Amino acid sequence: MTAANNVLLDLSGVGKRFGGLAALSDVSLHIRRGEIYGLIGPNGAGKTTLFNVVTGLYQMDDGQFTFDGIAYDRCKPHVLAQAGIARTFQNIRLFANMSALENVMVGRHLRTRAGIWGALTRNAGARAEERAIVKRARDLLHYVGIASPHQTLAKHLSYGEQRRLEIARALATDPKLLALDEPAAGMNATETESLKALLQTIRASGVTVLLIEHDVKLILGLCDRVAVLDYGRKIAEGVPEEVRRNPAVIAAYLGGEAA
Amino acid sequence: MDILLQQIVNGLVQGSVYALVALGYTMVYGILGLINFAHGEVVMVGAMVALTMTQLLAASGLPPLVILLIALMTSAGVCMALGYGIERIAYRPLRNAPRLAPLITAIGVSIVLQNLAMMFWGREYHAFPALLPHSTHMLAGAVINDVQIIIVLVALAVMACLLLLVHRTRLGRAMRAVAENPSAAALMGVNINGVISVTFMLGSALAAVAGIMVSANYGIVHYYMGAILGLKAFTAAVLGGIGNLRGAMLGGLLLGLIESLGAGYIGDLSGGFFGSNYQDVFAFFVLIIVLIFRPSGLMGERVAERA
Repeated sequence: MTAANNVLLDLSGVGKRFGGLAALSDVSLHIRRGEIYGLIGPNGAGKTTLFNVVTGLYQMDDGQFTFDGIAYDRCKPHVLAQAGIARTFQNIRLFANMSALENVMVGRHLRTRAGIWGALTRNAGARAEERAIVKRARDLLHYVGIASPHQTLAKHLSYGEQRRLEIARALATDPKLLALDEPAAGMNATETESLKALLQTIRASGVTVLLIEHDVKLILGLCDRVAVLDYGRKIAEGVPEEVRRNPAVIAAYLGGEAA
Repeated sequence: MDILLQQIVNGLVQGSVYALVALGYTMVYGILGLINFAHGEVVMVGAMVALTMTQLLAASGLPPLVILLIALMTSAGVCMALGYGIERIAYRPLRNAPRLAPLITAIGVSIVLQNLAMMFWGREYHAFPALLPHSTHMLAGAVINDVQIIIVLVALAVMACLLLLVHRTRLGRAMRAVAENPSAAALMGVNINGVISVTFMLGSALAAVAGIMVSANYGIVHYYMGAILGLKAFTAAVLGGIGNLRGAMLGGLLLGLIESLGAGYIGDLSGGFFGSNYQDVFAFFVLIIVLIFRPSGLMGERVAERA
């Protein structure tokens, strides 16, 4: 059973259709605890759809989905967040009119409890909890390296910092699995380098990372294993070097005849 | 007696009520982008339930203030349940429907509530008992009574609490996060349906408070009282910038003042052609002007970015 316990996220035969279009068909992935797992593929291959299934924004049509030993079928996003899956978005989705600090504090929502009663009476327990939330949020902003004042509205942060803020907000939920949808998109070489360092630190802290990325250098330098999607199917899986030489992968990226 | 000052006092009292009701419209709009036209009827139900409670307790010999407090608690409780029920039954199934569907449903809910109230409480005007002290005071040439002072103070206190709740607590943060981006909030572990339910319940509790204020001030309760009050409070919310809490407060107070000053001076200004019975015209004139010149309201739209 050690092998099974070693698997954090287990997808088998997952399918998702939109009308007549099969966005995902029969996709099986086994992501192990503590690894950085890359998901690549041409545009429209189904990478983001897979993310949306894993985080509960879409319900899958076929297949099984087990996370941390528990099977999930039709599940709301906040339940999966509670279970320990957090994500960032390809197009940044921060709470634009809330401060950087507050964005991260929202991420602490599900690990804290104060309800309407605590909010109205502001009793000792609720206030202590609030202080702990603020402290944790500040720590996380430092951790991901946001230099701007913490009261800055999210929409006024630089692009790179907005990406980091999304990561901090996701980490605030204490995830077991952090799913990042193209975190390096639009970043320059220096920013990508420091993102890479951050992701390595995150992995070292015990969080498993699932990464969609187009930057081949980043994938090669960072991921333990990579899966390649094309037209909603998994066409290859393995260590990055091996996947890079896979003829089916080259064909998918360069056009049909190369295989 | 100073007419200007007197109209300002009257305007602030009326404006406090508008502000409390406007908050209910603006909170729901901020989170769902929905104009809950049934909100005025929740105010009416709040007043009616309080009336029934005071009638039931009239013979109990309890002090008037205690009776009023019990009536307030009951009516807030009933309104919260009503607000929760309305959202659950009428709006939630239409969450992803085209925007016109929930809007028309809201009007339908409003009609249903009016008719239920008419069946239950009858179509006649009821006298609301004077449970608060009614002695009058002179304030720099204007007359103000205890009920009016209490209305303004309670409204200010309730609004301060609401601002604290929304800006300083975990629950308020979740509400703002849902207003900003529901799917991202859900992925951060916020239970969207829970937050929406709480929002409706909070707004309805404010409506109950407002309903009792109106009844205590005018001494009259009627099944149709929520309709015009609701429309004016909606105007106040639009004036302040719908979706924005401070805007609703400001819009409510301003609308109360505009109405009151307008009614006080229109007779003189029009040479007696219009009388103070044209009071209601001002609210809707303001609505038209705002919609033409500043559709996003005085304080813009800060809580919700969604149009």
